Amino acid sequence: MQLPAHFEYQRARSVEHALALLSRHGPEARLIAGGHSLIPMMKLRLAQPELLIDINEVPELGGIEITEDEIRIGALVRHTQLLDCAEVGRSAPMLHDAERVIADPLVRNRGTVGGSVCQADPSEDLSGAFSALRAVADIAGPAGERTVPMRGFFHGPYQTAVGPDELLLRLRVPLPAPGLRTGSAYRKVSRRAGDWAVGAAGAAVTLAPDGTVAEVGIGLTALGAREFVATEAEDLLRGQRPTPEAIDAAGRAAAQHCEPVADQRGPVEYKRHLAGELTRRVLRDALARAGGR
Amino acid sequence: MEITVTVNGRTRTRDVEPRLLLVHLLRDELRLTGTHWGCDTSNCGACAVWLDGVPVKSCTVLAVMADGHEIRTVEGLEGPHGLDQIQISFVQCHGLQCGFCTPGMLMTARWLLDRVPDPTDEQIREAISGQTCRCTGYENIVRAIRHAAAAERDAAERGAR
Ligand SMILES: Cc1cc2nc3c(=O)[nH]c(=O)nc-3n(C[C@H](O)[C@H](O)[C@H](O)COP(=O)(O)OP(=O)(O)OC[C@H]3O[C@@H](n4cnc5c(N)ncnc54)[C@H](O)[C@@H]3O)c2cc1C
Ligand code: FES
Ligand code: FES
Repeated sequence: MQLPAHFEYQRARSVEHALALLSRHGPEARLIAGGHSLIPMMKLRLAQPELLIDINEVPELGGIEITEDEIRIGALVRHTQLLDCAEVGRSAPMLHDAERVIADPLVRNRGTVGGSVCQADPSEDLSGAFSALRAVADIAGPAGERTVPMRGFFHGPYQTAVGPDELLLRLRVPLPAPGLRTGSAYRKVSRRAGDWAVGAAGAAVTLAPDGTVAEVGIGLTALGAREFVATEAEDLLRGQRPTPEAIDAAGRAAAQHCEPVADQRGPVEYKRHLAGELTRRVLRDALARAGGR
Repeated sequence: MEITVTVNGRTRTRDVEPRLLLVHLLRDELRLTGTHWGCDTSNCGACAVWLDGVPVKSCTVLAVMADGHEIRTVEGLEGPHGLDQIQISFVQCHGLQCGFCTPGMLMTARWLLDRVPDPTDEQIREAISGQTCRCTGYENIVRAIRHAAAAERDAAERGAR
């Protein structure tokens, strides 16, 4: 039977309280949200915090809010809540595509959006999705609040812009100006239902009135893309007509510029192939949803 | 640390270590051994219980995190008029063999039917996708859940008439 090592436990009542506990106890303290990454890591003694600060009852961290120009997702929003929000599915269908293939309903009932991106596992599906959508992260710390774009949030495997005395408040996903045609999609290849990705990709496309690509975001999960994005492929498409040839070229660029590693889920060559093929497929899906083809 | 948890409607107070997992609180401290424990990797779902109305893997929740919250286990499925329909359907459709995965399957199935009274086979399979049946009796588990859904719809129609 695996049990975590000994630790102390405190429940935070507010963001302010959580931050005070973090500063008082230093780097040996750790926040716990859904606990579905942290508790398994503590069982394996890959993490041994001395104090767990439970943020599950911090009211400011919950809730999804949709305004004219953005979707605001509290760090404590559970995967199931995001999936159940029909408006999110309409405004950013990629998030629903991704949520449907994250783990299983029981894990999704407990795991949180904030915990997912703060975990920064290279296989975390939401990391690729939020990066493709050019979301931004609001972070609270002793010096107040600051905002960090997702492209700049991930500093490497299991490392993020959130400092040891800071806390992620929410993610904000920008919505394109009304009237512009836009669509997004996410696809994942895994070995069995509920498993982590062998590889996954997400794309968000906004079309200009003349049918060219006004903006595009391409995210890659588990495929060794820097900051989870395929910027070279995005640069190839931006300003172009999304013809089959242009999509094909973007797929080739995505495959060429990622650095997947071989593991029990597959060899490098296969993952590179996935990067290209999944990029092409999600671009076609996103364009179809944008009504651009 | 002293915690108070409402389990199947009854308030229970215990002094526990923060590292105690909810599944072990239920099984070892409260002797509610209907909830099973089958892995250390959060994969099998034998430990599924409801936490504030939704099924979760109780091996991946700390008991202290449940302080002040409501838990429902398989022991809480039976009502004043006997077994829950989902339990009856598992019996009738041979939805269990050794029974190890059954408590978790029942808790997830009850949640599914409360949310989706007329689920498709795909929705049923998706709902139990975080749970492993080592006897691989999935066909009959799906059949049992479908059976319970139909029985409950019939009962609701009779009630409405
Ligand atoms: C069996 C299983 C299968 C899974 N499969 C997948 C999958 O296919 N795809 C996928 O993407 N994920 C998968 N996951 C992970 C799942 O999405 C988790 O919910 C997620 O990784 C972590 O969320 P959490 O709320 O549980 O975080 P926790 O475990 O509570 O925390 C994770 C880390 O983030 C930190 N943290 C949490 N919240 C904050 C905050 N607000 N501010 C700052 N730091 C914070 C914690 O200190 C910790 O370091 C799986 C998990 C399990 C158990
Ligand atoms: S005991 Fe296996 S998932 Fe909880
Ligand atoms: S009935 Fe034996 S594990 Fe499912």
